[in-house]
Amino acid sequence: METKMQTRHLDFYYGECQVLKKVSLNMKERQITAMIGPSGCGKSTLLRVLNRMNDIIPGTRLQGEVLLDGNNIYAPGVDVVEVRKRVGMVFQQPNPFPKSIYENAVFGPRMLGQKDKAYLSEVAERSLKAAALWDEVKDDLDKSGLALSGGQQQRLCIARALAVEPEVVLMDEPCSALDPVSTLKIEDLMQELKKRYTIVIVTHNMQQAARVSDWAGFLLLGELVEYAETSEIFSRPQDKRTEDYITGRFG
Amino acid sequence: MSPKSVQKIAMVFIWGGGAITVAILLGIILYVLIQGLPVINLEFLITPPQGGLSGEGGISSAIVGTLYLLGITLAILIIPGIGAGIYLAEYARDNRLTRLVRYAVETLAGVPSIVFGLFGFALFVTSLHFNFSILSGALTLVCLLLPTLVRTTEEAIRTVPRSYREASLAMGASKWQTVRHVVLPAAMPGIITGVILCAGRIVEETACLYVTMGGSAAMPTSLLSGGRTLSLHLFYLAMETRAFDKAMGTGAVLIIIIIVINTLTNWLSQRYQKKMRGG
Repeated sequence: METKMQTRHLDFYYGECQVLKKVSLNMKERQITAMIGPSGCGKSTLLRVLNRMNDIIPGTRLQGEVLLDGNNIYAPGVDVVEVRKRVGMVFQQPNPFPKSIYENAVFGPRMLGQKDKAYLSEVAERSLKAAALWDEVKDDLDKSGLALSGGQQQRLCIARALAVEPEVVLMDEPCSALDPVSTLKIEDLMQELKKRYTIVIVTHNMQQAARVSDWAGFLLLGELVEYAETSEIFSRPQDKRTEDYITGRFG
Repeated sequence: MSPKSVQKIAMVFIWGGGAITVAILLGIILYVLIQGLPVINLEFLITPPQGGLSGEGGISSAIVGTLYLLGITLAILIIPGIGAGIYLAEYARDNRLTRLVRYAVETLAGVPSIVFGLFGFALFVTSLHFNFSILSGALTLVCLLLPTLVRTTEEAIRTVPRSYREASLAMGASKWQTVRHVVLPAAMPGIITGVILCAGRIVEETACLYVTMGGSAAMPTSLLSGGRTLSLHLFYLAMETRAFDKAMGTGAVLIIIIIVINTLTNWLSQRYQKKMRGG
């Protein structure tokens, strides 16, 4: 299996506060990598480092490298817009724009300058299908994205992210605001998506990590304690702290 | 006293306050309308006032003057006002300079309009030789209203959730695309409210126009002709003539104009929001 993304000796600071400590991690192509750990362990920060979303927060600082197909995305001269096109993101709270379902789905391609109507409709259909939402919304694409249920909104956000044809999809606790049925739908969807995309998911739900991921990393206080295949982590954790966490002794 | 009776007393104050406010407002509006409406007829609306101390004639030139001033002022005001609001909300770094700018904007918003009038008189009427004219009045109003529009725009933009911006940036949209296609549409109802607020101020402003527009009763023909707005006309009628009935009629027209503006914008912004929110 090819490595799609990689962090090398990654240190990350908010002001004086160090949130990630020497994190080195390989994310395999077309696999689901899950980051687990208690609140405040730095897993969301790590995820946001992967598409440079932390650039927009003032006072942050990064040392080390983040490689996408072997190239450092933090190297001077790298176009951050290009990075985010290739590494898409789905957020914790479903955040569709206050626009129609159709406009949400084609937002990315539009921003990239695509104007051809036929092509845009095709993109909308393709990405809504990929996000398993098409059948539910195909008759009212003009309805506002905010009129959908929470789970549908999140799938709309996934569709929106897929529309720019990223290579990697980052998911920041994508189900934490959803009910169990919607959660299941998204988890099924992830299995479908991993045939084409490399997925990195942050979750504090360990069962979810065990269910959906191929690889899992346990982060504690900014440190990558353990990283292995998910079955390994959950059946034979090497580190005492990992074992304590997954057996529910803290967290 | 039991919590229940405390609550009752609180409710009395709250309801009483509300009732008094509504009663005062309705009282004023009804008084002006009842006194003024009988004066209004087509002739009143399409005849220019005679001017001077006579109080004869209608209000046609004042209506034209009001609309003329409204259009010109908004045309000059909107781009810098909204632009500065966007800049302060989205681009300005939080440093000493921007804090100073913000402080200045807030202070200016609280300065009485007659002070702006004096400034406009000194700069536009006298130094720049625009004389008493619609242009001088409009430029003075722009100075008066810029702080309001900048502030309301900035606040409208700040209420747009950060998650919208992040979602847009995460798809590879540039900062400007994000502002233009996500933030501004979402902030639009608030920004429109700000513009309407300004439109209301333009229609109602009197003091600073007194010293910049002059108050000619003649029909304005160009940017540089003097003129009077309805409020200014009302002021002249009430202070310099005995045509108190006509002043009331003018007041009634003013109130109707403002009600129409408000209803129209409420309707527009509700329709817009419904479309966005998917009611």
